[in-house]
Amino acid sequence: MNITLSITTTIYKFLSEYMSEGAANIGAMVTIALIYLAIFAVAGLYLVLLERKVAAWFQLRIGPNRVGPWGLLQTMADALKLVSKELTGTVKADKFLYNLAPYFVIISSLMALAVFPFTQEFQAFDINIGIFFLIAISSIGVIGILLGGWASNNKFALIGAMRSGVQTISYELSVGLSLVTMVLLTGTLQLSEIIEVQKNGWLIIQGHFPAIIAFMIYMIAGTAETNRAPFDMVEAESELGAGFHTEYSGMKFAYFFLAEFINMFIIAAIAATIFFGGWLSPFGITESIPWLGIFWFLGKTFVLVFLMMWFRWTFPRLRVDQLLTLEWKYLLPLNLLNIVLMALIVWLGLTIQL
Amino acid sequence: MSYFGDIYKGIKTLLAGMSVTGKVFLNNKNNTITQQYPDNRETLKMFDRFRGEVVMPHDENNEHSCTGCQKCEIACPNGSIEIIWDRQVDPETGKKKKMIDQHIYHLGMCTMCGLCIEACPTDAILWAQNYENSVYDRSALTKVLNQPGSKIMPGVED
Amino acid sequence: MDTNIANSNLKSEDYFINMGPQHPATHGVLRLLLTIDGEIIKKVEPDLGYIHRSIEKMCERDSYQQIVHLTDRMDYLSSHINNEAVCLTVENALQLEVPERVKFVRTIIGELTRIASHCLWWGVMGMDIGALTTYFYGFRDREMINDIFEETCGARLTMNYNIPGGLMFDIHPNFVKRTKDFVAHFKTKIPEYDKLLTGNVIFQKRMKGVGILSKEDAISFGASGPVARGSGYSCDVRKYHSYSALDKVTFNEALKTEGDSLARYEIRIQEMWESLSIIEQLIDNIPEGEHKVATNAVIKLPKGEFYQKVETARGELGVFINSTGTKNPYRLKFRSPGFSNLSLLNHIAVGGKIGDLVASMATLDLVIPDIDR
Repeated sequence: MNITLSITTTIYKFLSEYMSEGAANIGAMVTIALIYLAIFAVAGLYLVLLERKVAAWFQLRIGPNRVGPWGLLQTMADALKLVSKELTGTVKADKFLYNLAPYFVIISSLMALAVFPFTQEFQAFDINIGIFFLIAISSIGVIGILLGGWASNNKFALIGAMRSGVQTISYELSVGLSLVTMVLLTGTLQLSEIIEVQKNGWLIIQGHFPAIIAFMIYMIAGTAETNRAPFDMVEAESELGAGFHTEYSGMKFAYFFLAEFINMFIIAAIAATIFFGGWLSPFGITESIPWLGIFWFLGKTFVLVFLMMWFRWTFPRLRVDQLLTLEWKYLLPLNLLNIVLMALIVWLGLTIQL
Repeated sequence: MSYFGDIYKGIKTLLAGMSVTGKVFLNNKNNTITQQYPDNRETLKMFDRFRGEVVMPHDENNEHSCTGCQKCEIACPNGSIEIIWDRQVDPETGKKKKMIDQHIYHLGMCTMCGLCIEACPTDAILWAQNYENSVYDRSALTKVLNQPGSKIMPGVED
Repeated sequence: MDTNIANSNLKSEDYFINMGPQHPATHGVLRLLLTIDGEIIKKVEPDLGYIHRSIEKMCERDSYQQIVHLTDRMDYLSSHINNEAVCLTVENALQLEVPERVKFVRTIIGELTRIASHCLWWGVMGMDIGALTTYFYGFRDREMINDIFEETCGARLTMNYNIPGGLMFDIHPNFVKRTKDFVAHFKTKIPEYDKLLTGNVIFQKRMKGVGILSKEDAISFGASGPVARGSGYSCDVRKYHSYSALDKVTFNEALKTEGDSLARYEIRIQEMWESLSIIEQLIDNIPEGEHKVATNAVIKLPKGEFYQKVETARGELGVFINSTGTKNPYRLKFRSPGFSNLSLLNHIAVGGKIGDLVASMATLDLVIPDIDR
């Protein structure tokens, strides 16, 4: 069997030797889904560990260092603990919705991972509406949060859920529009082609001024979409206790928790793909070795993840009305102006091509 | 232009805050303020006035200097100290003298106020600097401060 | 379609929320009964009594030396100042003149306590409005003060260093050096505090114009300390009823007229500067001498009523002793600053959002054991 980085076709070809075409197609999808699930469940755990370590270093602490060397197994132990914990719930909870909510959140965040090109051809599904798919999928997660807050029959959770609804609906716009700004430059929604375009310079360089504005808006709105500080209105520990997941325990809580971190990874990965050339190396220094693209892609993503962690451990939380003021009075008008600016630049051919 | 001015100023203050945390992050090896507690037992030294628990020092002849005057018992705000005493004949002078049988100290009730040690006229009880006082059984916190068979140092009078 | 929901036949009820007794923002076991309308607060009812230990009743049982250590457990963040209050009352009643050295040391440690308390408040304040890192920075600096206390007094929090008639023992030889080190260190840290939190645009937006308390209301609610001074009510006991060595130093009373949460915040930051300046003026001039004057082993106060007030980190602490001439007080009453400051929470929080309630509660700097004695 000839192993290439193009995993979907490889698995499909392998399976089609044994079964019919349709079955092989489904088989390939299921296999990839399982592989991704396994990889990103572990990766999510390590993101949690990274967050805890980074937080500790910001806060004059050492961070987890007891379980395993340098505390590397800490989150594994936490996950084991969460799996073995009792699942509790409120008596008058809407049982069906209550149980459904965590799966909504975790599945929607895992689904988004399918379209990322980790390196050349290493992409599960290269659909031609890549960005559109990402924006659409990322909105589904909020349904899970709303359901969780509503169904758990807890007043704090309900407030948290309603805040989440307000917040996500607003910031969806900014995420979408800032990505649309970049689409003006690429002329395509397909992620692999967007990266192809960036071989003449990363989009943040190609689009220079408006691209930088779009990137800033995207990072702010992206942080808000993942419900992380300074936009963690949904959890707002000092106000709502734990917010929408107050009544969840054990693995159901872990799904919410993991989804938050995978979402953070996704937001950073989108930014890395759209603004910073995805798996492309700077100045094409490692172009001849395609698998190094994974390194570049993850490197860029983690720099952006670190930026989000830096935000979280520095800034105070916004109030819920200020959150909306920021979106509707600042980000959205700026974004619309920015689109016009970008359109002008593309039209006049003022982009920088390396 | 105050609209854009506000945005500019806002971003500037945010970056100022990030620079503070960023500096701490970069210099974190020297900045860490937490202690690796169970691992640093050897190096962890309490100050010599630290109030760990009340102890009664004994010398090499198993002698202490508690006369049984009960001033500590009276000074204690919450009854942590109980002294069981008796009048015994002093072998040196042949007179009957107040002597302690047991100096009972309830560490579980002690608030570490230090009034007993202030009240003690003969410095028979002192603060120890130990800090690991947790036990599995509450009765282990009731301690008898004078060692078995100990007696008062000759020449100590209140 | 009838869009006027208020006039329609829809049934609506108030939305009650129990904030506390176990809630991250109440810093202890305070229970707030909130009536809210969406995010907007309609009513706040503080419910007390979860850690009532009847300290005042215990004081009636104890001798005057023993009372002092109970006051550690009231406002544990300004325990030294609480001790001082009781000691001053007893000394005044006995007409006992304590040595100058005692006065100086009491004032220096008192101001250090104030800084330590404000450091912790600053950290927790940041945490309450979502900036978690401030907590550790505040503790980093507070830890240095705690080390000074531990070396001299033997304890970090409940020090019980004062006794009627002076200090339990003399200051440690390292005390002066350590204090000077701390003052030098902390002078570089307050600007960092400002950079990290005070200047932050989100913080400013969260605090400005939130929880407004007018001067009249501050007076009628009996507010004191930084809460009252943030509303322009000049009430610093250190200035108006100077005690210990405070008459030998010059300092400014921090005063602001805005009356909002930001004003209360800035008052405390300014107070840290003032406390540093007081310490600097005193630390080099501690006179030699005894650390206490001898008192009877059993202190009996003359018959009568005695009152003394001091300025703790939270405001005015009054100690009222009614003595019948025996070794215990007949009645002892503490006028704690936290209790009156809590009483105005409903007044300043109504109409704001839940986030505003948390922000204004943080600027009241409540210590629940101080309220629930």
